[in-house]
Amino acid sequence: MISLTVNHRSYDVDASPDMPLLWVLRDLLGLTGTKFGCGVAQCGACTVHLNGEAVRSCVTRVSRAAGQEVLTVEGLSANNDHPLQLAWVEFDVPQCGYCQSGQLMAAAQLLRENPNPTDKDIDDAMSGNICRCGTYPRIRQAIHKAASLQQKGGGNG
Amino acid sequence: MDKRFKNKMRADKPEVSRRNFIRTGAVLGGGLLIAFRVSAAGRLAGAGMAGMPGLTGAMGSAGGVPPEAAPNAYLRIAPDNRVTVVLAHAEMGQGIWTTLPMLIADELDADWKDIKVEHSPVGKDWNHTVFGIQITGGSSTTWSEFDRYRMAGATARVALVQAAAKRWGVPVDGCKTAGGYVMAGDKKASYGELAQEAAALPQPQKVALRPASEWKYIGKGAKRLDGPAKINGEAKFGMDMQMPGLLTAVVAHAPTFGGKVKSFDATKATAVPGVKQVVQIPTGVAVIADHFWAASQGRKALDIVWDVPAVVTPDTPAQVAEYRKLAATKGLPAAQKGNAESALTKAAKVVEAEYVFPYLAHAPMEPMNCTVKLDHDHCEIWTGTQLPGIDQAAAAKVLGFSPDQVTVNTVFLGGGFGRRATPSSDFVVEAVQIAKASGKFIKMIWTREDDMKSGYFRPAFVHKVKVGLDGQGMPMAWQNIAVGQSIMEGTLFAGMIKNGIDESSVEGISDSAYLESIPDHYVGLHSTKSPVPVLWFRSVGNTHTAFVMETMVDELAHAAGQDPVAYRRTLLKGHTRHLAALNLVAEKAGWDQPLPAGRFRGVAVHESFGSYVAQVVEISMEKGQPKVHKVTCAIDCGVAVNPDGVRAQMESCIIFAQTMALYGEISIEKGMVKQSNFYDYRIARMYEAPVIEVYIVQSTEKMGGAGEPGVPPMAPALANAVFAATGKRVYKLPFMNNSFSNA
Repeated sequence: MISLTVNHRSYDVDASPDMPLLWVLRDLLGLTGTKFGCGVAQCGACTVHLNGEAVRSCVTRVSRAAGQEVLTVEGLSANNDHPLQLAWVEFDVPQCGYCQSGQLMAAAQLLRENPNPTDKDIDDAMSGNICRCGTYPRIRQAIHKAASLQQKGGGNG
Repeated sequence: MDKRFKNKMRADKPEVSRRNFIRTGAVLGGGLLIAFRVSAAGRLAGAGMAGMPGLTGAMGSAGGVPPEAAPNAYLRIAPDNRVTVVLAHAEMGQGIWTTLPMLIADELDADWKDIKVEHSPVGKDWNHTVFGIQITGGSSTTWSEFDRYRMAGATARVALVQAAAKRWGVPVDGCKTAGGYVMAGDKKASYGELAQEAAALPQPQKVALRPASEWKYIGKGAKRLDGPAKINGEAKFGMDMQMPGLLTAVVAHAPTFGGKVKSFDATKATAVPGVKQVVQIPTGVAVIADHFWAASQGRKALDIVWDVPAVVTPDTPAQVAEYRKLAATKGLPAAQKGNAESALTKAAKVVEAEYVFPYLAHAPMEPMNCTVKLDHDHCEIWTGTQLPGIDQAAAAKVLGFSPDQVTVNTVFLGGGFGRRATPSSDFVVEAVQIAKASGKFIKMIWTREDDMKSGYFRPAFVHKVKVGLDGQGMPMAWQNIAVGQSIMEGTLFAGMIKNGIDESSVEGISDSAYLESIPDHYVGLHSTKSPVPVLWFRSVGNTHTAFVMETMVDELAHAAGQDPVAYRRTLLKGHTRHLAALNLVAEKAGWDQPLPAGRFRGVAVHESFGSYVAQVVEISMEKGQPKVHKVTCAIDCGVAVNPDGVRAQMESCIIFAQTMALYGEISIEKGMVKQSNFYDYRIARMYEAPVIEVYIVQSTEKMGGAGEPGVPPMAPALANAVFAATGKRVYKLPFMNNSFSNA
């Protein structure tokens, strides 16, 4: 048994230590918001926070998360009101939507560490996340908007 | 989508009078249901299927879901006021989850907050109004449903007003509707309250559609209805299916095209904890386990001996050499006028070029997957698909069932781009084979590598072009020989090949506005054979043909010493929609204004899927490759029902095409695909994304599509910008295989 906390809830999972966190979240805990896109840390669809750090859950062994705090897109906010989620809806960012959980989790770390990111900061933080629908321009706009919402104290993160 | 479909769309414009087309009825459990008369839908289906005998055969009984068993409708209004819009097409990012409800909302006067959306099951009522099968493709959803969904909304509104008028004893004309209510004087009733009474009344006989001046949503837009579910993990894709007892299956496929299992040993695989069963299926060996991780570990532990395929797939360089040889001969005529060959000998100058295009993988973010639950007399499928009816028929065939024994649940598609519209239903058939062989309830998951290694792919092409110019530098003779595999051949759509010509191989050239005014022209086609499986890919033939036409026209403009926009204006005289897009983009991009030092730009304009798109791409050169700074885009798609949706699709097309142009390449080595994942099949990322400005031509012309037409102009406009920067033309895709340094 491996114990870990996901979205502020404790779980004991019966998994081999080398099982990627992604498949523990999806197949053992039923949290399917975190997506499988490449399996080799190339696309970012599986991005979650491990103790606040954005990691690629498809190459993160569950043993690394033992006793640690995991945050997935399902735990980003209680009511879809994280500043990024508000901005994502305002700019109609998602198209197919498959990569957006990972985009949001990558952006959430950026905004926490850098409340007022420049375009270059966004390039650096977000270039690990592929969007095949090409929503990058809207993601960029939405991150800027979320930054301003966050500074005004809007939304809950 | 193929040209013939486009022609169809022009010939069979859906009738506006739908009196006998839509019927009202009651929902089981109460409420109003707006459905279509099966006979009317069937008539359209027959029209769409003409000339496609294979399809008729496959689909003949594919729509047999009995009305009692299925919510056989476009619209349901429940007693609790919920308005459920049932989509005849699938949401794959293009935004129809929002656009089709807008069409209904404009006629129904519903409260937007009450609208819920769901995908339809398989059934003839949801067949495409023109293509005659249930399909999401060809950038056709909005224009093909423009009348049908508005009529559904209008019919519901009339039925509700009739019910209110009867209840209150007032004339129908004395009733108004707004925000989900019918009102008359001081009386007011919600649609939900009236739904059951409306369903009990006779079919409304007089239903008129509103004039454009009364539209509240069409032309203005609405926020995406699938937005909230796509920002918190709630949206369910095929990959996300989870049900009690569901196991996960992964498949070991042959490493080479056409390879088969000779023998295998599953001893080590079945010893992996969590692995439940290993079964052989026609396409390989499937490992079934409690979860994906166990299944994939089991697959690694398989010992398989593969048969060497009878036909060895040539390596890419050998294939290109063969294609180039063929391109020197005329091929079958796809379009011809006068005598191009003799006219070329009389030209003042001949410009020649040869273009090489690789295979391309669609690579939607969600890898292929399909969930199958099989009982002795019924099969239930959950998957993201663009062709649910064909998938249903294919699954039934595998099982020896009739199609009505197969239920297909369409869920959100994590990207389609054509990959989830396979006439062979490859990923559905494989999942059904696993369920059949194992007897297990399974979700089959392909890895990224599975998809990239085994196809389907946009076919590789070579084009050889010769253009004869007159003394003024204007084209007087044009010859274009295309060489590549047909995406229709050997499929359900083979009936669309006419006189040996698969129009999708040459669309964008054979029907080019440029060729119309050229007295002597010839477009020839060699349709080649290869074990590499090929398929339509976002904007289909236009992915290569627009590149050929728009870079060649640019080359001709340069040869004539003319400005590329001015030269195109001359050639496109009388083609008002091309010109509207071209002129708007030139104005908005400041084509006549100088650029800062180190910046360069290129232009292209192309018609596809009934829409006309022009783009100006602004670049600088960095380390011998273009960096895209800005793309200005203008589109004439007729009425833009959801303008921000159209803008989003243009942005999407531009970045999709940027990937295709700069990096897109699937190559064959030793009978296998060389690429395997995103590290060697590169996709444009955030730091490469340009600023994109989209302008919509104010147009009341015939409606076209938006999901694909933004793709074709991007690559040639980018190549033309590279020429402006370096003096070098791009003849071989992708750009990354060219060196533009030392210019």
